[in-house]
Amino acid sequence: MITHTHRPLRVVLYEGNGAIPLDASARAKVMSALLDKGYAVTRTTAQGSPAFPHDDRSLLVLGVFPDQRAPQVEDISGEVKIDTRDITGLDASGVLALVETTRGDKPMNQPGVWKPWFPVIDYSRCTNCMQCLSFCLFDVYGVSKDNKIQVQNNDNCKTNCPACSRVCPEVAIMFPKYQQGPINGDVVNETDVGREKMKVDISSLLGGDIYAALKNRSEAAKSRFSKERSPDKALDERKKCLTKMVSDGFIPADVLAALPSPEEILRKAEEAKARAQAALDAQATSA
Amino acid sequence: MSGPATPKLLYCRCAYAQVVPQGVKDEVLQRLCDSGASFESVADLCEMAAHRDERLKAFAAGAPIRIAACFPRVVKGLFTQCGAPLPDEGAEILNMRAQTAEEIATAMLAE
Repeated sequence: MITHTHRPLRVVLYEGNGAIPLDASARAKVMSALLDKGYAVTRTTAQGSPAFPHDDRSLLVLGVFPDQRAPQVEDISGEVKIDTRDITGLDASGVLALVETTRGDKPMNQPGVWKPWFPVIDYSRCTNCMQCLSFCLFDVYGVSKDNKIQVQNNDNCKTNCPACSRVCPEVAIMFPKYQQGPINGDVVNETDVGREKMKVDISSLLGGDIYAALKNRSEAAKSRFSKERSPDKALDERKKCLTKMVSDGFIPADVLAALPSPEEILRKAEEAKARAQAALDAQATSA
Repeated sequence: MSGPATPKLLYCRCAYAQVVPQGVKDEVLQRLCDSGASFESVADLCEMAAHRDERLKAFAAGAPIRIAACFPRVVKGLFTQCGAPLPDEGAEILNMRAQTAEEIATAMLAE
């Protein structure tokens, strides 16, 4: 789950007036090193281009300055803390160490520790059918004030579980960090959508009639869709997610009892269905 | 008389997962660095979207903008999900998962 919701600082690689441009190769290495550690980096040149407005409270300006003396700079509004450092002679690892030292113990998210894994809805395809809301066991989805499906609880999503996207009838749910299309956001082709619309009940986990019906589907299509988005696979993944949470020790022993039991799953299913139906009814009323 | 606004440039490193080919993202970054252009770079747009980073709004409001990231459908979705939809016109998304580094760098740095 995400732990930090802000950047402690933004790095500015300054190569504008009053600074000496870095060697191109060194510049790319410095930027790669910082980005791969999770920092945001602005490169500023004398050539310039319109800058984005900044909302950071702390800027670290790096540059190669004459006489190796970084100018002291102050924000005119007094709202932004600006540190400047000369990086003459430092290689990429040296610059990274300097930035890390400047950051100190201020926390930030870092690659390799956590993966941003959550669904992204393509509203140009979504028909607001609420199937994802009914399907997800973890309350990732919710309904907005105007009765539109939306992702409300990113952190509840189980890493590497794209099960909800597999059951979306409109191929409208994407997971950006997934490898294959169309779940990764790749263009949706006709094969992906040319299939029977299906509804999957959450109680499938319990081996009910719907699960049996799905298992008995007459033939598996050979398309990318059928491989990546089949209902059987979705159900398997959902079960795997639950199992993995336990086997990975993701859920402490004292919370284990709260894992969805068959009864709990049924209860959540009913709740989700009720929410979905209420939203659909509200849509119909307002239409 | 002033001409069309110069597009701002944004590069996403996709540092939190190995789904963008390393060679492509390295080459695109190198080409941006070799140019004289100023640009913004972020470790990962998904990471920012995960915590509804306010800076995404600044990016969306900064059009015209060119973004080197991944599939346009998902990039647009990330911004929309954060309440910062990219404009229909003025936001060009280059896909480092599907296009070549040459194509992307050329498009990013086009006059």
